[in-house]
Amino acid sequence: MVENRPIFTFFAHLTLILGVIIVVFPIYVAFIASTQGSSSFLSGVVPMLPAGHMIENYRTILDSGFAASAPVWRMLVNSFVMALGITVGKIAISIISAFAIVYFRFPFRTLAFWVIFVTLMLPVEVRILPTYSVAAGLNLLNSYAGLILPVIASATATFLFRQFFMTIPDELLEAAMLDNAGPLKFFKDIVLPLSRTNIAALFVILFIYGWNQYLWPLVITTNQNMTTVVVGIQQMVNSADSDPRWQLVMGTSILALLPPVLVVIFFQRWFIKGLTEPEK
Amino acid sequence: MQTKRVTFRGSWLAYLLVLPQLAITAIFFLWPAGEALYQSVLQEDAFGLSTNFVGLANFKALFNDPNYLNSFGVTVIFSVSTTVLAMVTALVLAAMADYVMRGATGYKTLLIMPYAVAPALAGVLWWFLFNPSIGVIAYVLHRMGIPWNHLVNGNQALILIIIAASWKQVSYNFIFFLAGMQAIPRSLIEAAAIDGSGPVKRFRTIIFPLLAPTTFFLLVVNIVYSFFETFSVVHATTEGGPGDATEILVYKVWHDAFISLDLGGSAAQSVVLMVIVIALTFVQFRFIERRVEY
Repeated sequence: MVENRPIFTFFAHLTLILGVIIVVFPIYVAFIASTQGSSSFLSGVVPMLPAGHMIENYRTILDSGFAASAPVWRMLVNSFVMALGITVGKIAISIISAFAIVYFRFPFRTLAFWVIFVTLMLPVEVRILPTYSVAAGLNLLNSYAGLILPVIASATATFLFRQFFMTIPDELLEAAMLDNAGPLKFFKDIVLPLSRTNIAALFVILFIYGWNQYLWPLVITTNQNMTTVVVGIQQMVNSADSDPRWQLVMGTSILALLPPVLVVIFFQRWFIKGLTEPEK
Repeated sequence: MQTKRVTFRGSWLAYLLVLPQLAITAIFFLWPAGEALYQSVLQEDAFGLSTNFVGLANFKALFNDPNYLNSFGVTVIFSVSTTVLAMVTALVLAAMADYVMRGATGYKTLLIMPYAVAPALAGVLWWFLFNPSIGVIAYVLHRMGIPWNHLVNGNQALILIIIAASWKQVSYNFIFFLAGMQAIPRSLIEAAAIDGSGPVKRFRTIIFPLLAPTTFFLLVVNIVYSFFETFSVVHATTEGGPGDATEILVYKVWHDAFISLDLGGSAAQSVVLMVIVIALTFVQFRFIERRVEY
């Protein structure tokens, strides 16, 4: 603060508090709803204070699920496997391809770079049907490989690593070469340790990206046991109109948003660095 | 393209290292994109027995189809409103957080939470708040004399998905605006304060103009987001309805392909969307390149 203006400062805090309320309110209401008994939704408006059915509701959700869905623990496991698979896969294949593009000179290097660049342009939403038929042809329906593989090629991570590798001083490479270190040794002993913070930042962003996938899991899984939790909720919402068990729908929503929200809160510093830095 | 002064020799290893990325790109990106282009000029007969080359007929049919044009219009309204709402809210909040400093970290932690919430869940949370029979907000609106029912009122359904989509995007914009503001040298702000300009004037004449690159970057990102990443908001809540009031383009592509099974039409829509994405990405990269050169 550069000057002392109590009224303006008060107004600023007021605006921020209002913003926080708008942000937190939907999550708060969802949590409150998840602690209600089933009769709370039959009449009138949702209560604003918690009731005592929390443990019972979450047990029902996790153990047996509802509305003909798989139990939610199963969906959470699927979501974890998918999110981690996408995160690790993306980081692994893009760090090695960025390494090759920066530290080698080979025919078609520029072409390879541009082919990877093109992927940045085409979100799965716009080429959904052909991608689906390719995946179906490769027998990837209802499998973890099908959930993960088509999503892990993305140019963003490759770009980030390439940009970072360009800032590693050339002297390090020359020193390594004088010591007779080959490319793989140089990668393992120098590049990888130097990239640690970048990998951490990407890990947070990609985990959230992977966890929140929607359209792809929706079309690639037809078997209830392979659904992810974010997709599973949709069926529950649809059934909740006729059979108002909102306490279970909202409980599942809370379970579905908790892992990525916790990741963002605990790794806030890395996450913000990872988001804003490549843009600079 | 830039290169290192010294590089390793041995190109077989380099090929091996780029191979996984290229293979996945080729199988899951280039091939399907080619397929979409190819399908978009074909038409299957009613029994799916034979396909004919029809040239640009699918595209012509598309742009003569009132449903498609309606969907285009809905997308534009949705996209512009979401972008404006999410950016203005984020800008105001970031300016305030930048001003108060005390407690800014606490506000920041809470304000970035929605970034982690899946768009589908954002949709479901607001769907619940506005639920005509039990939703809190619907109840308050009703008390104020505004009957709310997004199940029958198309405009209200559209407003609902705009709120849900921008609620999620405010966090992202907030992070970038705040980072941009904190990169402005403190001395500039202090000099202006000594010269007697208040916080509002400083924002108008110093902070906002210096934020122009961030604002432009976010503008493109937000348009891309609201065009292409909002399928789940619609699918998890309104499902395009009531009628086709909330049928945005990405929802229609999916619906025509997987529900109506109109392959040629859906492929033509994919091609149109690809052209839009490529144009937007191009704008974005031109702009980033220019900024790097400064």
